[in-house]
Amino acid sequence: MHKFLIRSFVSSLVLLFTLTVAAVAKDVKAAFVYIGPTGDHGWTYQHDVGRKAVEAAGFKTTYVEGVPESADAERVLRQLANSGHDIIFTTSFGYMNPTNKVAKEFPNVKFEHATGYKREHPNVATYAARFYEGRTILGTIAGTMTKSNVIGYVASFPIPEVIRGINSFTLAAQKVNPNIKTKIVWAFTWYDPGKEAEAAKALIDQGADVIAQHTDSTAIVQMAEKAGVYAFGQASDMDKFAPKAVLTSVENNWGPYYVDRVKAVANGTWNQKDTWHGIGDGMVVISGLDSQMPSDLQAKVKKLQADLASGKVHSFTGPIYDQKGNLMVAEGKTADDGMLAGMMTYVKGVEGDIPK
Amino acid sequence: MIKIVKRDQPSRAIFFFTPVLAIFLTLVAGGLIFYILGFKPFEALKFFFIVPVADMYGLSELLLKATPLCLIAIGLSFCFKSNNWNIGAEGQLTFGAIVSGGVALLFYEQERFFILPIVILAGAIGGMIYASIPAILKTYFNTNEILVSLMLVYVSKLILDYLVVGPWSNPEGFNFPETRQFSDSARLPLLFEGLRIHAGIFLALAAVVISWFVFYKTYLGFQMKVSGFSLKTAKYAGYKGKKMIILVFLISGACAGLAGVGEITGPIGQLHREVSPDYGFTAIIVAFLGRLHPVGIIFASLVVAITYLGAETAQIFMQIPKYTGQVFQGMILFFLLASDYLLFFKFKLIGSKK
Repeated sequence: MHKFLIRSFVSSLVLLFTLTVAAVAKDVKAAFVYIGPTGDHGWTYQHDVGRKAVEAAGFKTTYVEGVPESADAERVLRQLANSGHDIIFTTSFGYMNPTNKVAKEFPNVKFEHATGYKREHPNVATYAARFYEGRTILGTIAGTMTKSNVIGYVASFPIPEVIRGINSFTLAAQKVNPNIKTKIVWAFTWYDPGKEAEAAKALIDQGADVIAQHTDSTAIVQMAEKAGVYAFGQASDMDKFAPKAVLTSVENNWGPYYVDRVKAVANGTWNQKDTWHGIGDGMVVISGLDSQMPSDLQAKVKKLQADLASGKVHSFTGPIYDQKGNLMVAEGKTADDGMLAGMMTYVKGVEGDIPK
Repeated sequence: MIKIVKRDQPSRAIFFFTPVLAIFLTLVAGGLIFYILGFKPFEALKFFFIVPVADMYGLSELLLKATPLCLIAIGLSFCFKSNNWNIGAEGQLTFGAIVSGGVALLFYEQERFFILPIVILAGAIGGMIYASIPAILKTYFNTNEILVSLMLVYVSKLILDYLVVGPWSNPEGFNFPETRQFSDSARLPLLFEGLRIHAGIFLALAAVVISWFVFYKTYLGFQMKVSGFSLKTAKYAGYKGKKMIILVFLISGACAGLAGVGEITGPIGQLHREVSPDYGFTAIIVAFLGRLHPVGIIFASLVVAITYLGAETAQIFMQIPKYTGQVFQGMILFFLLASDYLLFFKFKLIGSKK
């Protein structure tokens, strides 16, 4: 009897505590700053899916879309910080300096900057996804599915993030098919359907029968559909835009991280950190595999996915050589995060030079 | 019965009244759109036009936004008054920013009093160089300045892209498309602690005063006016047309270049790919809304600037899509052009005759 009383007392305390925490949690307000429109079906769209997950978890959210990386970003950030938001996610690289500047003025507001590297104040955290893990999967598929052994790749800007993706993709493709060549076209844009389609067409004209992309619009998969070659969706599942061409997509899944961080603010456990999550943490998700892929390839991809998630396989496992044949990563070693973060050389098998 | 009659002469009163009418009609139509979208129209309009400027910070942001618009529009009014259709102010702004940014980077981590004047001058010269291209092509090769100046906008953006991605990119910046931060000596001073409004506003005000003087007190202003009315008359009067074309383009380019300087040495502090959110194009609306009159342009730049701020506030507080700001800018121009009908025609009430 005694025990029962104590137990019920403790459990009701726990319940009370949970309720209080839940009540506090409801008061936290999160804001999101987007570079594009929420309907872009790419980068911003996926961040907004993440925001909706935060709403579903019971928090209030606000967003501002189409915020240019000009002098305007700072004003939007300051206004959000000034109007009762407790945590602000800035979802484009160009917001890096304004984010740090405004964070200094609002030490009680938490700032989370996507894809940047500056954390100048204790209330600024950064986060990004290990998209290169997804590209290891795409490379494996591309290397198996290509018949011409020429794979096209539409790239955005020559920054480590993009170079890393090209390398990870090429290494995986080479593993299943040593004869492949990766041809790159630099579009110098993240989102410009016209330019992206042109780049894809140029690659198809050069004999590429699988096109990968590191830009955000659906123009490339649609161009591939028209030309009868394969392609991969970027950021969101793009299968519905090109059902024949798209073999799979690498989805950016920000929801779990966003919910986590907003909850951390509610619980008072938020801390500054640099997050870099991949397939294992669910930030990078592989969409459904197309039925055109042979079943043994599908099985292989599923296994690779599991191994990348568990850490059994690393996208950058030696021996890795650069274009000139110099050893980048020794046999049996894997590239560390420092090397990945600053990666500015192509691996062997990529054609052309990095634009300078 | 109401009859539409052509006016003998465009009405001067109507000339300055129609911009006000256009703004009023925009507010009515805007309220209607909000209502249709399911928002409370008056509340939405309040968040759009009053809340953003309800405090000192908001006013500072308004002036910060209006400064480049006013500066560029003043420059454009020199061109437009004299029948020169410079559509490429955005390119002249970008090129001015490139040249002045390049100079600012030359003085990286140096603190000297003379750096800022050189940086400002470089921006004006950059804008002038870029504006001289359509001007020279027009005067000597009879090319269409609308096309040339417009296409050069894209060229300037590509040059900027190339520079910030390649040779000028921050060596410590992981190859991201941006330059280093300028040193403090290359930055325009802030006017008030904690507010972003900077000394660039004086450049805009100076441009307003100078343009008023030139337009209404000088022979050049008179020549521009005559050329604007009729190029043949100007020729008959013996004005040196070519010289004037080049001059107005240079003035216009200098103003746009200075607007670029104001952005990069004011709030931004570095060069990156998005120096201007299309100020050069929006300033065309400002110039016409202000009736190419210096004082009118001041008011027009404030009105258009507030559509930017209001769109942000309305999205934050009422979840109204931010792109309605552009809808408002479009509506202002549309209603202005539509109400210009009243300039040349009037409605006359006639008693019905049997």
